[in-house]
Amino acid sequence: MKNAASDEIESPWVGWALFLPAAAFLAVFTYYPALATLYHSVFSTAKAARPARFVGLDNYTAMVQDPIFWQALKNNGWFAMGTIPASIALAIIMALLVNRALPGRALLRMSYFAPTILAMVAVANIWLFIYAPQIGLLNQVVSWFGGTPHNWLGQPDTALASVTAVAIWKEAGFFMIFYLAALQNMPANLAEAAAIEGASRWHYFWRVTFPLLMPTTLFVLVNAVVNAFRLVDHIIVMTKGGPDNASMLLLYYIYEVGFKYWDTSYAAAMSMVLLVILGAIAIGQFLILDRRTHYR
Amino acid sequence: MKLGTDSGFQKFLETVAAWMLGVLWALPLLYAAWAAFHLSADSTRFDLTAPLTWKNFVYVWRAAPFPRYFLNTFLLVSLIIVVQFTLSTLAGYAFARFRFPCKNLMFVLVLLQLMIMPDVLIIENYRTLAAMGLIDTIVAIGMPYFGSAFGIFLMRQTFKSIPKELDDAARIEGAGTMLTLFKVYVPLAKPVYLAYGLVSVSYHWNNFLWPLIVTNSVSARPLTVGLQIFSSGDQGIEWSIITAATLLSAGPLLVAFLLFQRQFVQSFLRAGIR
Amino acid sequence: MKHLSSKLVMAALALATMVVAIPARAVEISFYYPIAVSGPLTKIIEGLVADFEKANPGITVKPIYSGNYGETLAKALTANRSGQPPQVAVLVASDALTLIDEDAVVPMEGFVKTDSDKKWLDGFFPAFLMNGRYEGKTYGIPFQRSTQVLYWNKAAFKEAGLDPNRPPANWDETVEFGKKLTVRDSSGKVTRWGLIVPSGVTSHWFLQGFTTQNRAKLTNDAGTETYLATPEAIESLQYFVDLSRKYKIMQEGIIDTGTAPNVFIEGRAAMMFHSTGNLTNVKNNAKFDFGVAMLPARKQRGSATGGGSIYIFKKSTPEQLDASYKFVKWMTSAEQSARWSIATGYVAPRQDAWDLPAMKQYAHDFPPAAVALEQLPFCAPEFSTHDGPRTTKALEDAIDASITGTKTPANALKDAQAEATRILRSYKH
Repeated sequence: MKNAASDEIESPWVGWALFLPAAAFLAVFTYYPALATLYHSVFSTAKAARPARFVGLDNYTAMVQDPIFWQALKNNGWFAMGTIPASIALAIIMALLVNRALPGRALLRMSYFAPTILAMVAVANIWLFIYAPQIGLLNQVVSWFGGTPHNWLGQPDTALASVTAVAIWKEAGFFMIFYLAALQNMPANLAEAAAIEGASRWHYFWRVTFPLLMPTTLFVLVNAVVNAFRLVDHIIVMTKGGPDNASMLLLYYIYEVGFKYWDTSYAAAMSMVLLVILGAIAIGQFLILDRRTHYR
Repeated sequence: MKLGTDSGFQKFLETVAAWMLGVLWALPLLYAAWAAFHLSADSTRFDLTAPLTWKNFVYVWRAAPFPRYFLNTFLLVSLIIVVQFTLSTLAGYAFARFRFPCKNLMFVLVLLQLMIMPDVLIIENYRTLAAMGLIDTIVAIGMPYFGSAFGIFLMRQTFKSIPKELDDAARIEGAGTMLTLFKVYVPLAKPVYLAYGLVSVSYHWNNFLWPLIVTNSVSARPLTVGLQIFSSGDQGIEWSIITAATLLSAGPLLVAFLLFQRQFVQSFLRAGIR
Repeated sequence: MKHLSSKLVMAALALATMVVAIPARAVEISFYYPIAVSGPLTKIIEGLVADFEKANPGITVKPIYSGNYGETLAKALTANRSGQPPQVAVLVASDALTLIDEDAVVPMEGFVKTDSDKKWLDGFFPAFLMNGRYEGKTYGIPFQRSTQVLYWNKAAFKEAGLDPNRPPANWDETVEFGKKLTVRDSSGKVTRWGLIVPSGVTSHWFLQGFTTQNRAKLTNDAGTETYLATPEAIESLQYFVDLSRKYKIMQEGIIDTGTAPNVFIEGRAAMMFHSTGNLTNVKNNAKFDFGVAMLPARKQRGSATGGGSIYIFKKSTPEQLDASYKFVKWMTSAEQSARWSIATGYVAPRQDAWDLPAMKQYAHDFPPAAVALEQLPFCAPEFSTHDGPRTTKALEDAIDASITGTKTPANALKDAQAEATRILRSYKH
């Protein structure tokens, strides 16, 4: 991505003027709030009887001692590890399948992509119904095949996995589209050349296709990681973090603490943690992006 | 398994696998459709002779102000698209074609926003909008998203790929900065706008947590919040009603996708997002 | 009708006085209301509001449906913090302390001046006033109150060889009947459970049925102390847990509160403990004969009261406060209480509502409607403390952990008690 000096017009203020409107909104709704979060996290929450006062690291100490916070963090980790590789792998598989001239291709593509079009809130209500212990679809199918029905959302050991499945179902189709675009933009002569040399399908995929899909994968990865921390709509609808915090995610806990307990300073402290995590991942990804991308 | 030598059997296996996955993926929606078109009592059993009915949809339409929710969502999404396009175009142009002080630093900061979405800053953004007195308005829902790192990045890449000669040609004819932008860059970026628009519409049509926090009344409430409020009785929910409400609110996007599937995918291809 | 016309005259006189004193402009008040049971209740609320406006020309009421109780509270407090709260809202009766701590609501005593006012305030059942009072003042007026009741499937009872007209009267009978009613297929899988008691959202309320029956008091009146780990409380939770884990008459794991009525209606559970607010839903959709009774007793009968009360918010103009009071008084007077109760299945919270001919007829035609009323003398207030959402979560986490077998009831409740004590520390002076 080299910028030739002759490529650019020498007008510093015009540049800024063009950038300014977007910059203003970014400043007010991203950078200022990030700093404000830091500021509020070192004060106590203002209540009717007591105004806010500086408490230093008190909120962070409380956070470190809060088992629910650690549970939420741990769950978010598992959730991320569950959704990211699975949805990306499925997306690649779907793209490969749909890219070939299979019968009913358009219908398949629609079926894979449809979950993306729906709001997570809408989807979550349907899944709540599917997971219902006695009258739900999943248990009916499981019994039909001779398995044991479970209380999927109501037991700590299956609750997180169940909501993870919903997220994977929703995301895979969206990523598929990006991979599909990339696949169709790949030059046909590569496949021909490999065929002439007698390469196997598997070999071709790993040595040629997958590396060429790297830019897409990195782009999709950014989305997937952000979503792993951003998506809590299904928690709001399906489990509210339960049972006993088995499906509690960080952003949902922040929402509960901030808008149900009204402990805004504590919520700010936890938001800082979330910001630091996302910031660290951002930096990490851009470093890798610089080194590993095969741009043409 | 050599390339170019696809046995009929292999293709058959692939087709079956693809179809099984497809059916699995479509199952929840089909299930929802089943429940929505049957009465509550029949919704969980798959008796093919059970009567079909429109009653649930009629009930939903009357029970909550869904028409108003639709309008709000439509206005919200339109507002966001217009502002995002404008701001991203201007900023993308700046990064693609101009030099200005601290440009690289600014670009890095912009990229950071890709990760730090307004959603994780709900508490502070709420405070800001309350201070502006904008709580419970459609504008308030959209404001944190007006500055879009994704949009800026996209437009920058697109504008950079447009040949400089076209720009020079326009300037020779006496066009200023803005005119060049509108006559040369914008028309050539049409497929990108389409793709960006589709992604943005999809995101904001379905956004939930932030609109939930920032709206209080029906006048600003979008479809997602309206749907969830409708579905969340503490004491007993009728599944047929809820699935009907869900399908009703997802309907427009689903239909639009069904009709414009090819264009949708094509726009992604042409935009060269990869 | 005479009643109504004399009220109209009074309202007109009051209005005339107001008109003389203040420039004639309609006062607008906004009204947040939740819907916690299914039904076309929005239409009914709008009907009630329209009737109020007809009787009080000069006041416009804007009804705003704001989701379930949790969402309505969040909305109301969010709006309050940004300086623009609603004037009137229906919120859970036990939210009173939270609202008072946020300095969001005003007590009714400030408005009660005339004899008719006093008669109105005194006409509510004491059981329903319990959660709304604080330091001698009344903040929440009962509007859509409920108690838990026992629903039972008479056809299932007959099948199991039980007398279809005799529901279980105590804890032991519940287990005994439950065992007979649980049906397993040839492979041992359960096709019908004997009992279903929700443990999802608001699980504390369902636990409170058992604690009330076992005479375990969970909080002090001031809302500054909790007693979650007393032997009686632990026994109550143990029984709740044993229903699924030991006696196996109930589904294991957390049982979703919202889907429970569906399970009962589909005949997948023969008995259900749930809110009386579900009456209309069950009545309309169950294809079998069913009965409704008080919850089975242990040391006594009982349930926690539940449901919503109506509050007046502080940040309003004097005209709005006045209008709000009029609205609240009207909405909770005998006729409107009766009307709302018949439409929803909630319990009319005042005696004079039950004395009305329409209500007497309704109770006669549909006896289940009166069961909650019968149970009132045995009821306890809903769990409520300062920083209520937090302490309630501690209790509900304990219930979750016990029901899923992660902790024993004793340990879970001890942890919850420790957590609640920590939360309430700063409120004890």
